[in-house]
Amino acid sequence: MSLTDVTTAEFAAGTAPLSAASVGDYWALLKPRVMSLVVFTGFAGLWVAPGHIHPLLAAVAILCIAVGAGASGAINMWYDRDIDAVMNRTLGRPLPAGRMQPNEALAFGVILASGSVILMGLAVNVVAGALLAGTIGFYVFIYTMWLKRRTPQNIVIGGAAGAFPPMVGWAAVTGDIGWPSVALFALIFFWTPPHFWALALFRSGDYQKAGVPMMPVVAGPRETKKQMLVYTVVLWPIAVAPYFMGIAGAAYLALAAVLSLCFTGFSVAVWFDRTDKWPKRMFAFSILYLSLLFALLILDRAPGGLLG
Amino acid sequence: MGAMSVSMEEFLKRRKARNWAILAVLVGLCVLFYAITIVRLTH
Repeated sequence: MSLTDVTTAEFAAGTAPLSAASVGDYWALLKPRVMSLVVFTGFAGLWVAPGHIHPLLAAVAILCIAVGAGASGAINMWYDRDIDAVMNRTLGRPLPAGRMQPNEALAFGVILASGSVILMGLAVNVVAGALLAGTIGFYVFIYTMWLKRRTPQNIVIGGAAGAFPPMVGWAAVTGDIGWPSVALFALIFFWTPPHFWALALFRSGDYQKAGVPMMPVVAGPRETKKQMLVYTVVLWPIAVAPYFMGIAGAAYLALAAVLSLCFTGFSVAVWFDRTDKWPKRMFAFSILYLSLLFALLILDRAPGGLLG
Repeated sequence: MGAMSVSMEEFLKRRKARNWAILAVLVGLCVLFYAITIVRLTH
């Protein structure tokens, strides 16, 4: 009797723990779109850090950041499978769609999280490994399990998890936590609330259905829009801080100032808008805003810099 | 939320693809660990 015959018999009897998950389902579990932004900001932290790192070890550091972020996403999907099943945006994910067993997702996430932290600690340095472990732990335990379903401040404090990657990248090169890396952390930390609340404004029905206390659901659109505006203003000094800390040049300073003003402009437009049009536009711009700021930081440090 | 039923043929196809992906990851890790060792020893 071949292995295929055994499987066929088990399959027919329904006695084996057979997984119907495809490779694509495992890939989806890693939240690739979130992962790409994390990799980008982590690379920026690594790129602007003073000092030298072997290119292979730099690639390993980025790989570990990517895998660690993906692992966090997988564990998040395992924990949130009940609310994912009632939100239109997340209904098609592998777990709520029934293409994967919950334990598979949890095991996948835990193995990847452990592997990425151990590899970072052994191949790059212990500080970077510890920061990566802290990032994963923060996202899983503090944000996903503790804050997300309890308080409208969930993404304010939970935003720290997404803000750590530049610090991890920085630590991979320097072996410590410098003030400029804290500035990059702050940039993502204070960008997260207006970014997520813009999304929540036009997806509030979904969050309400799932019982997630996002700001628009709990405090209403008016209060949410006010707080979004405040956060975009708080971002002004933080966005230009890399220039004053010596990790970016004058071109970055000028463009960061313009982009930050535009971000606030979007927030003002959202304030006056009673439809979903401007929240959607602001959400799209928020991604562009952060991507451009980090791209500028990288370009400014490239040979020749932004101004040649 | 519930288990999705797939045909035997589809199940075998997906399992084969998963196995190839695991093989690729394992080979990749072997090459990566070898390269990391060389770099750590020589730098």
